[in-house]
Amino acid sequence: MVDITLSGLAHSYQSSPSKDEDYAIRHMDHVWEQGGAYALLGPSGCGKSTLLNIMSGLLAPSQGDVLFDDKRVNQLPPQERNIAQVFQFPVVYDTMTVFDNLAFPLRNTGVPEAQIRERVHEVADALELTSHLKRKARNLTADEKQKVSMGRGLVRSDVAAILFDEPLTVIDPQLKFKLRRKLKEIHQRFAVTMIYVTHDQLEASTFADKIAVMYEGQIVQFGTPRELFERPAHTFVGYFIGSPGMNFLEVDMADGQVVCQGSPLAVDESVQMAIEKALSGTATVKLGIRPEFVQVSAEPGEGFIEVSMDQCQDLGTFSILSVRLGQVVLKARVEEGRTLPAQRAYIRFPPEHLGLYVDEYRVEIGGIHNKENGPHGEGNGLHGEEEA
Amino acid sequence: MNKVRNNSAWWLVLPMLALVTFSAIVPLMTVVNYSVQDVLDPHTRYFVGVEWFVDTLNNPGLQAALARQFAFSLTILAIEVPLGIGVALLMPKRGWQASLVLILVTLPLLIPWNVVGSIWQIFTRGDIGLMGWSLRQLGYPYNITSSSIDAWATIILMDVWHWTSLIALLCYSGLQAIPEAYYQAARIDRASRWAVFRYIQLPKLTNVLVIGVLLRFMHSFMIYAEPFVLTGGGPGSSTTFLSQSLAIMATAQFDVGPSAAFSLIYFLIILLVCWVFYTAIMNLQKDRRGEGPDA
Amino acid sequence: MLKRAVLLGAYVLFVLLPIYWLVNMSLQTNREILGALTLWPENLTFANYIKIFTSSSWYMGYVNSIIYVLMNMAISMSVALPAAYAFSRYQFIGDKHLFFWLLTNMMAPPAVFLLPYFQLYYTIGLFDTHIAVALAHCLFNIPLAVWILEGFMSSVPKEIDETAFIDGYSFPRFFLRVFMPLIRSGIGVTLFFLFMFSWVELLLARTLTSTQAQPIASVMTRTSTASGIDWGTLAAAGVLTIVPGIVVVFFVRRHIAKGFALGRT
Repeated sequence: MVDITLSGLAHSYQSSPSKDEDYAIRHMDHVWEQGGAYALLGPSGCGKSTLLNIMSGLLAPSQGDVLFDDKRVNQLPPQERNIAQVFQFPVVYDTMTVFDNLAFPLRNTGVPEAQIRERVHEVADALELTSHLKRKARNLTADEKQKVSMGRGLVRSDVAAILFDEPLTVIDPQLKFKLRRKLKEIHQRFAVTMIYVTHDQLEASTFADKIAVMYEGQIVQFGTPRELFERPAHTFVGYFIGSPGMNFLEVDMADGQVVCQGSPLAVDESVQMAIEKALSGTATVKLGIRPEFVQVSAEPGEGFIEVSMDQCQDLGTFSILSVRLGQVVLKARVEEGRTLPAQRAYIRFPPEHLGLYVDEYRVEIGGIHNKENGPHGEGNGLHGEEEA
Repeated sequence: MNKVRNNSAWWLVLPMLALVTFSAIVPLMTVVNYSVQDVLDPHTRYFVGVEWFVDTLNNPGLQAALARQFAFSLTILAIEVPLGIGVALLMPKRGWQASLVLILVTLPLLIPWNVVGSIWQIFTRGDIGLMGWSLRQLGYPYNITSSSIDAWATIILMDVWHWTSLIALLCYSGLQAIPEAYYQAARIDRASRWAVFRYIQLPKLTNVLVIGVLLRFMHSFMIYAEPFVLTGGGPGSSTTFLSQSLAIMATAQFDVGPSAAFSLIYFLIILLVCWVFYTAIMNLQKDRRGEGPDA
Repeated sequence: MLKRAVLLGAYVLFVLLPIYWLVNMSLQTNREILGALTLWPENLTFANYIKIFTSSSWYMGYVNSIIYVLMNMAISMSVALPAAYAFSRYQFIGDKHLFFWLLTNMMAPPAVFLLPYFQLYYTIGLFDTHIAVALAHCLFNIPLAVWILEGFMSSVPKEIDETAFIDGYSFPRFFLRVFMPLIRSGIGVTLFFLFMFSWVELLLARTLTSTQAQPIASVMTRTSTASGIDWGTLAAAGVLTIVPGIVVVFFVRRHIAKGFALGRT
């Protein structure tokens, strides 16, 4: 039971890395606190699995330190770190029974047999494996095998953390949902730190209290699902979280006004000053807004700019509108029952929902930040295809 | 894989069948034919029924050769299988070292069997052979032409030298097929080196080991050229195995009938042992439910 | 790590020592061989090799052996490929029995077939020809090839065949262009085994030939004469029988590492 601290961590699979691209993990400082349920979210190839393997000790980092509380564990092999890890594809010991599989990590450290039995039954019960305990592991189905793999992680009550590396890849969609719930329950029951790697935002937000978003070998944001949705710290988080992702408009100054593709945009004064300041350097400046907050109208009005309709995707209770502003395609979410404009449309960006991004990172300014309300006033705002 | 029912697949098998029939069935029929006849000369022969079979089974010389044969085959299996597994575990997994070791280890398998005999004949001679000479220098009166213990030990050593590589290569290849995740999981589970071998590597090697044991049993049971060149079956008949006994009967003494009967018995023994071994292994592999600790 | 290297080194040394000794003797004169034991040739000589390369009765032994081995590899491969495909893809009347019977042929001791083979090939006029030995070796090589190839073919998903046929491939074109490349390792390992068992076999090869197709193995028996054994020449001839093996291993070394499990892991 420890806090896991990553300090100045970097890793490259090459022997003499020279540029940033040679690193799977670029300079990283992060703390996983004891007892949390975390998700590590990012596209494939962003370094998630590498990070996991460094924490568990399967890989030694090229630079920086991994600390368990205050103890530097860089050189400790996984056996001595007391950490559990579940892999993407099920690993079971074929010739053993399910019971023996679950008991294996405990037997290896000489836990008394009575205690093993108690613990195995507790975990088997939580994973609904009790009726399979006497079966040989090789005869199980893929998802039963994966449950056994997870069970071997959960059975160790004293671990520093349990790391899950996309553990539900091989599982049926219905079962996936159930197992994720199960994990969450187990987390509450055993209060052990869990770090769950995934590339699926829905999976991350249903499992984790806090999500770390990884991009190109770095954690670009660490926060609650709601924070990631409402205030993405990096344009990548904006794109990656939400469905569809955030709109980003590259802006410029012309005649004392903020313009995008020739159209003037209405923004707060403080924001305009920040943009002017940023543009005096060589920075690229973008304004970001969620499709949920874009206001669409069929008629011109105060603060509205004219766009051309591109296409409309009907998703049942709402539609996703694609509109063109010059070369840029913007998405807007429109609730069911609204009459949609046919050719021309007028859109407005409410200033309170605009985010300012200088060189891809969010800049917080007094007047620009959100008032804490989502479009529907509730939920975490992640609109995936929610399962029943 | 569920296969498609298609009887015209016979056409694909036909050329193979024609050839194997020509090289197996026709000669086998000849053997069966001889085994029940007494051939005095090409024009005079009598039907004798199972007489040759009874004779063969009661022949003390052949019984002794059969016992020696089993002793030999079991001994070399007991040495080569564990040693081969051990070598496979030691071999580097990748890089040029892996290629080099692979080539060196494979070498003995590709040497003609009589040359293997010659190599060991030269190697073990007391006057000009490194091993024989060294043993004598150490004060051991090593002599494979007079001591049957020396002859046996040398033949077994030769066979281990010759064939351990086959087991090692089969196992090496089997080990390569184990995904890295298994080893990682074992490290996470804090498994000992022995537990990794016992619960990950050995189960994955079962299939290749069955192949290896069958091949080694078959070939050791047919061994001919190596002992023929090395010891000539001696001293006395202490290293005369079945193939050599048969070759002497068939070509030197030209006892056509008895040697044909002997051939068939010989063939049947190999078939029987292979079948028993294979069936036993397959039964062992079946999942026995209800096994394991009570829960 | 060091312990592993030492142990492996010991085994490799054990493998190489007898071979080294053979090479050592092949580079010595008979006088040096029979004199005091020397760990390396003190009067290096290539006379033994020169003798083999300049006498047609010697080097023709190698040529004969290579001819029948290559013939056997070609015959075995060409009948085993379609047969193995049939066993791995189709169910047909008697398939299991046929496969089992095929395997039993691998277990037949060559000594059993000495006499009938001799009579058979003598009768049809093939005695002392390369093809006779090549055909005789089919006895164990065809079953072996079918068995190994079947394992590899079964690990290729059937959907590949179906997709290719939907894409309009004819069977022969599919087999050569799509299927064979997929089981490359299997073919490599099969060729290795075919070479190995045909090259090393002595009993049948010796019995079915006399002068025209005599294999190197029986030529070597000529080194033992009334005046004793010509050790130097015997050793040199032995060394030369190892060379083709090294060439073959070198070519298939990449396939051996994975393919030796015969598709059955």
